[in-house]
Amino acid sequence: MELRSNEPAGPIEHRWEKHKEASKLVAPANRRKYTVIVVGSGLAGGAAAASLGEMGYNVKCFCYQDSARRAHSIAAQGGINAAKNYQNDGDSVYRLFYDTVKGGDFRSRESNVYRLAELSVQIIDQAVAQGVPFAREYGGLLGNRSFGGAQVSRTFYARGQTGQQLLLGAYQALSRQIEAGTVEMFARTEMLDLIVHEGRARGIVTRCLKTGKVSPHIADMVVLCTGGYGNVFYLSTNAKGCNCTAAWRAHRHGAAFANPCYTQIHPTCIPQAGSYQSKLTLMSESLRNDGRVWVPRKKEDVTKRPEDIPEADRYYYLEERYPAFGNLVPRDVASRNALYVTNDGLGVGLKVGGERRGVYLDFGDAIDRLGEQTIRERYGNLFEMYERITGDSPYETPMRIYPATHYTMGGLWVDYNLETTIPGLFAGGEANFSDHGANRLGASALMQGLADGYFVLPFTVGNYLGEVRSLPPLAQDHADVRQAVEAVEERVRKLMNAPDPKYPPEHFHRELGMIIWTKCGMSRNEEGLKEALREIPKLRDQFWREVKITGVGAELNQTLERAGRVADFFELGELMCLDALKRQESCGGHFREEYEENGEALRDDEHFSYVAAWEWTGNPGEPRLNQEPLTFEYVKPTKRSYK
Amino acid sequence: MSEELLNLTLHVWRQDGPNDSGRFETYQANDITTHMSFLEMLDVVNEELIEKGESPIAFDHDCREGICGTCGMVINGVAHGPQKLTTACQLHMRQFKDGDAIWLEPWRAHGFPVLRDLIVDRTALDRIIQAGGYISIRTGSAPEANELPVAKEIADKAMDAAECIGCGACVAACPNASASLFTAAKISHLSLLPQGQAERQDRARKMVAQMDAEGFGGCTNHGECEAACPKGVSLNWIARMNRELVRAMVKAETPIESRER
Repeated sequence: MELRSNEPAGPIEHRWEKHKEASKLVAPANRRKYTVIVVGSGLAGGAAAASLGEMGYNVKCFCYQDSARRAHSIAAQGGINAAKNYQNDGDSVYRLFYDTVKGGDFRSRESNVYRLAELSVQIIDQAVAQGVPFAREYGGLLGNRSFGGAQVSRTFYARGQTGQQLLLGAYQALSRQIEAGTVEMFARTEMLDLIVHEGRARGIVTRCLKTGKVSPHIADMVVLCTGGYGNVFYLSTNAKGCNCTAAWRAHRHGAAFANPCYTQIHPTCIPQAGSYQSKLTLMSESLRNDGRVWVPRKKEDVTKRPEDIPEADRYYYLEERYPAFGNLVPRDVASRNALYVTNDGLGVGLKVGGERRGVYLDFGDAIDRLGEQTIRERYGNLFEMYERITGDSPYETPMRIYPATHYTMGGLWVDYNLETTIPGLFAGGEANFSDHGANRLGASALMQGLADGYFVLPFTVGNYLGEVRSLPPLAQDHADVRQAVEAVEERVRKLMNAPDPKYPPEHFHRELGMIIWTKCGMSRNEEGLKEALREIPKLRDQFWREVKITGVGAELNQTLERAGRVADFFELGELMCLDALKRQESCGGHFREEYEENGEALRDDEHFSYVAAWEWTGNPGEPRLNQEPLTFEYVKPTKRSYK
Repeated sequence: MSEELLNLTLHVWRQDGPNDSGRFETYQANDITTHMSFLEMLDVVNEELIEKGESPIAFDHDCREGICGTCGMVINGVAHGPQKLTTACQLHMRQFKDGDAIWLEPWRAHGFPVLRDLIVDRTALDRIIQAGGYISIRTGSAPEANELPVAKEIADKAMDAAECIGCGACVAACPNASASLFTAAKISHLSLLPQGQAERQDRARKMVAQMDAEGFGGCTNHGECEAACPKGVSLNWIARMNRELVRAMVKAETPIESRER
């Protein structure tokens, strides 16, 4: 497999402009002759479908949710970065680019990141014009805050619901195109396979989630904006329905999957309360500005009420280990240290599976210093949410938190045009690997989703169609289409008729999640990864033998939907562990215990400064590794240190 | 953090499809901990049903953190259940007592046909937005964001209206099955902002017309919608919607009839 990034050369600040000038266009009158499929209706998919429809293409947009407005982008709380420099604190496109490359621990492609920073300013203009109600100052201008340890205030926000408001902006733009007839929307419809004809992506096979009907949809090209794969861990902050199936089906048809081991674990989530737990809830990272993280120093204190533990017996481990940054160390450092102290038996809270996995986030000092009213103004909504879920009031007793999977930096490999290794198949948003390297900075996910959706894809889709000009028509009864449909139907039959049906899909998903979480989670080592690679195929075989789904395939059947997604998570999970095993260094969200120095991650630029793009070979245990070397012309690799 | 175990009797609306007449079925949910969310309690019941070879209770849910608006069911006669300002997915079992009987029904409204069990079809709400719930701005043609200042008070009010998650609880709670709160929230959000002025009249007219065409009832000021809304969207927006509609009729530059879609 040849990996060509198709980055333009020349000064980085002119590359996107130059690339646009050199690209092919499709004349307005010709656009309606092309059909573009967009799978997913989140920030990337919704924005791309709306923009492409507006340009005059025939767009078919698909989502598994009952409405395009419900994609999981909606749950992003914090904000969106943009290099507007409205606060006059020295921000610039270059600085946002620099921070993103460095934050990604030098594992991203410079040209893509620069473009992202460049487009960030246009996103804010677009969203404001759509009526997104960002926070404003008394003078009527847009407000900003500093987020995730950034040295400038470049984050735009709409209360704690920035993702919701940006998604509704894109959804409304999409709705306008549906009304105009340029976009046909298929809600409650799940993509279960890709149709490849003569080496190009030409359509998808879907299952209607209301009726179970399997149908082919043929187009001139396909764009996947189907989100990340965080639910491979079973428990994550993702929505229950988030899944990797569309991306994984594409991978099995030849789309390389890049850097699957780069996953982000968010340090401040509400801990698991029991084995029945279905998802984890994120508490905004801003809480660490005023909360102090601690555990009891003595094991015998872990069951005591926190109020009864004297100051001297509290272990403020982040403040002690990282005096310079204290409670504000980056996400990965905070997460890993929570793992270590709870491994040492100092975790607090409810016992789940024989372990206590929780640490305190204490607002006692902040309330004493600033008064309860100030804390209420800053975090009132979050405290209420915490109390609704746990029954405890953080005004009276410390919160309990623990890390949870939040975002996946890995995804389908794409070139500068966001095209995968299958011609005609593009990927945007969290579904691709493109911009965050080994670690994503706060408030950058919304930025990337919208940059891809509004500004990159509408352009590169035109370039692709301008290049291929006219593709031969593909009939619904062509062998390539029929085979894809039959494969989906066969898979449904197989899932519905396991030889020895015993357990619902969740049973297997929980077990898979536990393997990945303990062996390919916050902290990884060779032995654990090798164990995982032995356990996963066994569990996968057991799944296909024993999965139990009641009802029939040809109706609304939520158990069947979940089973298909779990089946794909098994294969992706195995690839994650292989990738983590192969990457013998620590970088960003990937921490290998063998590669550290005084507790700090030890990157190995000499051997691992590359994108790992894995190629499907027919056997999930034996993928082929392709490497895209990374070069850094502008931001010279340095070591991250927070001591 | 104190934990209790509950034994509950569930009376659940089961309906095999849109054309089935449906009926209540009774299930026992035993040893349910008070730390569980309401939907996790249903997950436990469902896993038991599957293991017994029965069909699980179908219900809509996704983010399980109260923001996507997918979940929704009538719990003991109340949309989203007994806790104020809380979606069904954020409701926790500590709101219930040992021995409680819980009645579960789908949203019931002419505009929301039942698809299966507790799942309804809410695409009517999408069509109300499609009728005009947007500001027409071509991608890439937006002016510089700070060129148009918006008073903080106005921006905050617009945000209050924009908090709607589109779950449909307002419709389910309304004796008239009206979608007025949903429609009014979007009309208000966009008409408050300077960016939304150009289409202000048309938007109000078209969205209200679509709401009526979908078979939702009118508003007669019961206020049940506001009480059921998990995001606290205010009834005042309906008054604003009515003002917007009158304003649209008075200010229309061309006769209304000739402008219908």
